[in-house]
Amino acid sequence: MSKGILIYSEVTRENYLHTVTFELANKARELAQKLSDCPIMALVLVKPDLIDEFKEVFRVNGFDKVFYVADERFRTYTTDIFAPVAIKCVRDIDPEIMLIGATNQGRDLAPRISSALHTGLTADCTGLDINESGKLAATRPTFGGQLMATILSKKFPQMATVRPKVFKPMKEFVNVDTNFVRMGYDFCGYKSKIEVLEFTKKITSEINNLDCAEVIVAGGRGMQSAEGFKLLKELADTLGGVVGASRLAVEMGLADKNCQVGQTGKTVIPKLYIACGISGALQHTVGMNNAERVIAINKDRNAPIFEIADYGMVGDAFEIIPKLIQSIKQHT
Amino acid sequence: MKIVLCVKQVPDTSDIKWTENNTIQREGLESIINPCDVYAAEIALTIKKECPNTTVTVLSMGPNQAGKMLKKLLALGFDEAVLLSDKKFAASDTYATGKTISKAIAEKIPDFDLIICGQYAIDGDTAQTGPSIANFLNLPQITYVKELVECDENKLTLLRELEEGFEKVQTKLPALICVTENSYEPTRATIGGVIEATKKEVKILNCNDIGLEPACTGLKGSPTYVSKAFRAVKKEVQCEFFENIEDFAKNFDILGGENE
Repeated sequence: MSKGILIYSEVTRENYLHTVTFELANKARELAQKLSDCPIMALVLVKPDLIDEFKEVFRVNGFDKVFYVADERFRTYTTDIFAPVAIKCVRDIDPEIMLIGATNQGRDLAPRISSALHTGLTADCTGLDINESGKLAATRPTFGGQLMATILSKKFPQMATVRPKVFKPMKEFVNVDTNFVRMGYDFCGYKSKIEVLEFTKKITSEINNLDCAEVIVAGGRGMQSAEGFKLLKELADTLGGVVGASRLAVEMGLADKNCQVGQTGKTVIPKLYIACGISGALQHTVGMNNAERVIAINKDRNAPIFEIADYGMVGDAFEIIPKLIQSIKQHT
Repeated sequence: MKIVLCVKQVPDTSDIKWTENNTIQREGLESIINPCDVYAAEIALTIKKECPNTTVTVLSMGPNQAGKMLKKLLALGFDEAVLLSDKKFAASDTYATGKTISKAIAEKIPDFDLIICGQYAIDGDTAQTGPSIANFLNLPQITYVKELVECDENKLTLLRELEEGFEKVQTKLPALICVTENSYEPTRATIGGVIEATKKEVKILNCNDIGLEPACTGLKGSPTYVSKAFRAVKKEVQCEFFENIEDFAKNFDILGGENE
């Protein structure tokens, strides 16, 4: 019998379970079919008053077993409070595979756990599979997204982080008989060396909700100026979408880091992705190539962006976009 | 305050060429200092200005040619430079790298107050080495640091940029911080700085010098290994090109004509 796949379930600042937990659970089910009798498990470090409402969420998402530690100290995440508890729990649970969402918290915590357990960790995987020897084969982009590498671990648990939105959650809820296991942890009077003094939520325009946008109008180096990005914003507003950007556009100061799509930015899956003045380097396209429809506007007909675009127009975005906006407005 | 600034020399990934066999052409690949490490260096320089008697050791792990990058950093006003270089370190994953760097710091700079790293390197982009070093030295860590708010001999106040907002945190020292993109203007070396740097040497240390078991580093000391590497596959689509704006505009309707 397999020792199971453990998923770290992050509790967000708004006190819900991060959606990446369920995306990973769904992927874990698929992996479990290739391992014999493999339970899907979760580990959650949570404030005591939240665990009851989470139980139902774990049940309908098909978790076989949920390990939890309930303590008031888990109110706000700091590495030195969460890491020692998570390390001890993972050591006790001893899973075969451990998956963690590559959120800010996950990327902070995961390497602490893997280093402490002297095991391997593969970051930001875009593909997970079980190979012929029953090992986790974790595939990720590297070298600025230009090279894909499949990585195996010689040690256990085999660990990987995956960004939100890379995998999809289950289409329909299930109802399983989840076994909840409360775990104890003795802090022995330990006081955190880190104190969270203040949290300022980004205003909505700063967050620029790339994650849930159905339409993203993205610009690259070809948009040249803040003026160019105003044009993109206008097109985005016309289509009810938001603005995205390539790494170069962000580095040139044309757009905020929050807008960045790609390997060092966000992974997005909109219904429509419009790439304007973006050449289509793999660093960028690994973050958007799962979009349902890709439209590209570029001066260079040989730009790699056209290789992944469904529809394209060759020309100057500064001339094309205003005409497009006009045409779209006329037809709606 | 005693600071260790960890930096990495990386290939310029925006300029990668491929060989006929779909492997990366490493010859002629430009080496640059990892962009996040430039921001990390700015934070170190800011602390050096604000906290008197601060010394900064710049530390890197890599081939001998990384010494040039360290020389350039010395010209910015850093005090010492150490390069961990040994064939035995080659092919270390983030675990083995964390182990090697932490061992070197524990052996050679045990009285440090602060370790500063870049959040991630553009070649591997794992963001794991910093936390791995912190684990082996049993330090509190603050990742995603955007700005230094305040500092004194015993603590740092920092601003972190997270997905949904900005978090102001304070940490006691010793600690490790990982610095992400920020708005600090990169400092340029002065002529005086360059002259000072020519008087300094980059200290090169090998596996034996830091008292590390060769089995703990390099490929041997790495729990992970690359089973295969391949060129990223592209989505199989045929782009339909338009010349007429009106026809092109019809493709922007995400309802896909259901409402027509």
